Parts: sequence; C-alpha cells; structure tokens
Amino acid sequence: MENFFVNIAGLIRDLIAGFGLNETLVYLAMVIVKFVAVLVFVLLNVVVLVYMERRVAGFFQERLGPNRVGPQGTLQLVMDIFKLLSKEDIVPAGADKFVYKAAAYAIFVPTILVYMVIPFGKGMNVIDLNLGLFYILAISSVTTMIIFMAGWGSRNKYSLVGGMRAIAQMVSYEIPYVFSFLGVIMLTGSLKMSTIVEAQQGVWFIVLQPIAFIVFLIAGNAEINRGPFDLPEGEQELVAGYHTEYTAGRFAMFYMAEYANLLAMAAIGATVFLGGWQGPWLPGWLWFFIKMYALVFGQMWVRWTFPRIRVDHLMHLNWKVLLPVSLANIVVTGIGIKVYQMVRMMGWW
Amino acid sequence: MAISNQESGFRTQEFVLNMGPQHPSTHGVYRAILTMDGEYVVDVENVVGYLHRGMEKIAEDRTYTQFIPYTDRMDYLAGILNNWGFVMTVEKAMGIEVPERAEYIRVITGELQRIASHLVMVASMALDLNGYTPWMYAFYDREKILDLFEMICGSRLTTSFMRVGGVPNDIPEGFIPKLEKFLAELPGRADDFDNVITGNEIFVGRTKGVGVLDAEAALSFGLTGPNLRASGVNFDLRKAQPYSVYDRFDFEVPLGENGDSFDRYNLRMLEIRQSARIIRQALDTIPEGDIMAKVPKVLKVPKGETYCHIEGSKGLLGFYLVSDGGTKPYRLHLHSPSFVNLGAYPKMAKGTVLQDAIASLASIDIVLGEVDR
Repeated sequence: MENFFVNIAGLIRDLIAGFGLNETLVYLAMVIVKFVAVLVFVLLNVVVLVYMERRVAGFFQERLGPNRVGPQGTLQLVMDIFKLLSKEDIVPAGADKFVYKAAAYAIFVPTILVYMVIPFGKGMNVIDLNLGLFYILAISSVTTMIIFMAGWGSRNKYSLVGGMRAIAQMVSYEIPYVFSFLGVIMLTGSLKMSTIVEAQQGVWFIVLQPIAFIVFLIAGNAEINRGPFDLPEGEQELVAGYHTEYTAGRFAMFYMAEYANLLAMAAIGATVFLGGWQGPWLPGWLWFFIKMYALVFGQMWVRWTFPRIRVDHLMHLNWKVLLPVSLANIVVTGIGIKVYQMVRMMGWW
Repeated sequence: MAISNQESGFRTQEFVLNMGPQHPSTHGVYRAILTMDGEYVVDVENVVGYLHRGMEKIAEDRTYTQFIPYTDRMDYLAGILNNWGFVMTVEKAMGIEVPERAEYIRVITGELQRIASHLVMVASMALDLNGYTPWMYAFYDREKILDLFEMICGSRLTTSFMRVGGVPNDIPEGFIPKLEKFLAELPGRADDFDNVITGNEIFVGRTKGVGVLDAEAALSFGLTGPNLRASGVNFDLRKAQPYSVYDRFDFEVPLGENGDSFDRYNLRMLEIRQSARIIRQALDTIPEGDIMAKVPKVLKVPKGETYCHIEGSKGLLGFYLVSDGGTKPYRLHLHSPSFVNLGAYPKMAKGTVLQDAIASLASIDIVLGEVDR
C-alpha cells in the first residue's frame, strides 16, 4: 500500500517508454501525466471540500446542511456546478473586458502550480525542486495580482474596494507568512520539500516551532482570504467584493479557486509543520491526507466561529503582533540552534 | 492617515458609493448614498421610500377591524406589537375597557414578540459582522416563538392577533407547557449566544466605540426604545407610563453607558431576559375570565383626535387617529420608531470606516416596512 501510487506512476512510465521514446520525452510525458493527476486530485478535493464546508457549517449551526441531492447530499455540488455553468455569462458593459476575462482563468493557475512541489507521499510529487518552499511562496503571492485584476477589471466600486483590500491584506500578511517558515528552514537548512519532511522523522516541527505554526495558521488564513480575514470578499459590506460582477462559469472559477487555495494551504501546513507523510502503521499518503484534512477542518471551524475583522484591526494585528512575534521566533530559533550545536560539540549531551 | 495628501504629493479622490436599495446589509430596501475616501466614510445621505405602500392612506378606506391586518405588515418582525398599538388607540378613542385576561394574553404574546424581534436584531447584527453561526442560533429560538404564535393565532409572521376590545382566541391547550419549556431553555440559549458572539474579541473590537451617540444627541434626534436606553436615558413606556397591566410586573429596565453599537446590541440581549421575566410572572398570575369586551358589531369611533403609544420593540410606537365619527378613520398617522431612529444614522456613520458604518446600521435595528409604511 505504501507505494501504491508510486507503482502506478511506474507502470505508466513503463507504458510510455514502451512506445520507444527517448529518455527526455518520457520524462516530459511523465510530468504531464503527473500534472493531470494533480489537477484531477485538486478538482475532486474541491468537490469534497465544498460539501464538507457546508456540512461542517451545518454542524456548527444546529442544522443539517445539504442532504437531499444524492446520498446525504453528496451530489449537491455537482448540481450546483451544472447550474452555474448553464447560467448566462455576463460581461459588464463598462468592464475592462480583457482584464476581466483573464482574471477568471488566471485565478486557478498559481493555485495549481503550488501543488506541483507538494509531496503527497514518499516520492509522490510532480517535481521535487531544490527551492520548493521558496517556489511556493513566490507563486502564491501572484494571486494578489489576479484578485486585483478581477477587482479592477470589473469597473465596479465594490469590486475595486475589494481589490484594494486584497492588495493591502495579502501583501502585508505575506511577511509574517514567510517568516513563519524561516524557523523551519533554519532547522533543516533546506528549501526542498522532501528534505523538510524527512527532517521531521523523529519530531514534527509543530513541536519545535509552535509559535511559527500559529503565525502560519493566522497569516495563511489571511493569505487565502477566508473568514475572519475575508475582507476582499466582505459580503456584508462589499456585496461580493472582487467577484461581485462575475457570473456563471467565471464565478465558478473563483469559487473553486477559493477551496483549492484552502487545500493548498493545508497541504503546505501538513508538509512543513505536521511531518508530511511521516506516521506509523498507515501508508504515507493516507497520513498526509489525514493531516491535511485536519488542518482544513480547523480552518472551517475558525471561519464559522469568528466574525470578520475590521480593516484597521487587520493591519494592527499584522504589523504590531504577528511580525514582531515571528521575528522573535526567528531570533529564539537561531539562539536555540547555536546552543544545541555547542552542547553537542562540548559533548555534554 | 498621518501624512496628508499635499505632503506626499499623492492625489486621491473621493468617490460616491451607492449602498442599496439592493445590498446585503441594508436590512431591506434602504438606500444610503455614501461619499467615501478609500475605506473612510466622509458623508452619508439617507434615502428612504422604496417600500412605501401608502398604509396611512389605505387606512382611510378601511374599517377599524379591516385595518388590523395592515398593521402587522408595517414592522413585520413585531406584528403583534403593531396590532396592539393600533387596537389600543381605537379602544382609547371609544373608551372600551379590555377584560383582564385579554390584557394578560396581550402582555404574554407582546413580550414573546419583543423577544423574537430582539433575536432578529442580535442575529442580524452578528450576521452583518459575518457571524453566520450566531445568526442560526438566534433563529432557532425565534422559530420556537413563531411556533407558539402559530398555536395561538394560526399565523407565524403576520399575526393579526389583536381585536378592538380584546383578543380573538384564548390560550389553546398545550400552549402553556410549550411556553414553559421555551422559557426554561431561553436563559441557557441566551448564554450560549453570549458565549459564541458577545464575548468574541473581534466582535467587541468592531462594536465598542463605534457609532457613539451620547444621551443628549440621542434625545435631540428623537430616538426612543432600546437605542435611547443604550445611551443611558432611562425611558421605557412600560415603566414611565404603564399601560395595559405592566404596572403589576416586576422587571428592570437595562441601560447602556456609552451609547455605542455594542451597548445597543447588548441592551437587546438584556431585554430578552427581562421580557422572559415578565412572561413568567404573567403566566403565574393570569386570571380566568372573558377575552373580549362587549363591543358593537360596527365600530364607530366618536368624532375627535386620539394619540396613543406603546413601547414597541424598536421604540415608541405611536398611532395618531382622527375620526369624523364614521366607521373609517378620517386620518391615521403612525409614529414609527425605525424611521425616527434611522435619522441618527448619518451622524453615527460619518468619519468611520465602511465596516463600522455597517455595524452602526445593524445596531439601530431598522425594519423598512415600518420606515416607509
């Protein structure tokens, strides 16, 4: 079971190699196969996540949630997607048409790209980049721009305010978000995702870096614009924020991207802080899956409990609380590493 | 906002944001024209009238009994209190003495309606701050009140329960045990609600010191009801000029201190508990007897003017009735608390951020059916 998916990949590889292609072409073909596999994985998970979100919300709110379409309402989202796709696609007359349309397609790109380096199990990633973590941070920050494109291109004041909020929020929270990983990087000395996971063989980084983990949860939540940090969407103030003007399939793209981002955040958290695929008894990929969904559940819990934070409190929290805390964490980690090295060098322990 | 635009050489421009009549948190078809400087609200202009149905004019063409169903379409969240205000005005004009049992039933249903209305207020306030869960919690309780209403008058929202001279139905079988059960659960439910939202750091941070209206300003705007009491003015008609049988019950009038959104919100939470207290006492002391006074088949109000007001769930609900001695009012005017309270909104919202403006609007608890009539 441990190598179930790796073996499947091996079989496909042999199949492609059987066509008599050379080494490079086989490698390229395999990357495409893996990419498609990840795409399918993400989309399937989005379906599960939306269902899960609605059931979890129902659970917190003393109601049932979707329970009519299909067994226990599991087909609800399928129907919703069909409905969305069958709706009229409206492009506002005043919109900047190119930017408006491009944003809806572009929103999914950074999200999918993030998954490329995530190790879903031992040896189960599309590409194991040396700069894995750095790549994730670089790619995910592009999302800011796309959300602003949506807000700007719609030519709607609500969308514009939403886009502005997105810029202010996501650029600010990028900093503690990056800093929360810095402690882990100092401990492993590597940005490679597989190395980070392997370094957690004995003890997970959540134990060594608890403060960084909390900073990651908060800043990560703000990065993906979920409640209580869903200011760019801000339903009660901004109607739907940056995607107010989007309809039909384009709206579905934003909707799905939100959940894909949520899952990406959980996957990063599980890899960096919760030991990735490490765990006893069960196969690695299943462990990864469990950890990822535990984090997702945590995020949903937070979303359905807290009201939305105010725009100035948001900045206050970032610059006056999270940033100093994460900086202090880096200093403490640095001192800790040096002390540990000294102890080992002197042979005291 | 430390650096002014001149110093930085950076030019910004104010823009006009049209909030409503279709907007998630204007509680209906209220419209505010906001002048915004980025996130900051510079100016607010109230625009009302999108739900104007000409109720007061309709009244001139309806008999007194026929007009009762129209009243609960005004403040549709507190139908029974509106019915009560209207029939009390007619009773006062005709000099009808209402039987005691009917008065008690009116108090019980009226206070239940007040709880239901306040529950909607606290729920929608939480929702406007994006707290979905408390919204569901409060509506779960409100549902039970509506079930009780269904038992006693067959209708849940537009109750049309009161009649001139009493109430149409006596308390049905099974109503009291169900009500007792609800009253027993309510304190725990209210505490749950407090735990999930009132004590929440973000909620307190967003409502404390937001939309402040001191006692003087509140009085000068003519605010009444919970909004006035949140500013620290002790004025509750049930205590100040006890009508019906309110002088027989022991209850407190909770007061706010700062007159901010949080006080206005929390006052409702406290009043819910006081209303439950009144209902409990009314249940214990309710006498036997008639539920309708002897009233003529055709209601004819003597010529003259009458004004009568009750403590509605949103504030002082007054009816001004002019009669020419016929079977229909010559003129009926409604002093609607929501309309008056909304007048203070621009003052509350000016100079705050957009999110605070939303919180302030939620905290004054408007119902557009009553604002526009």
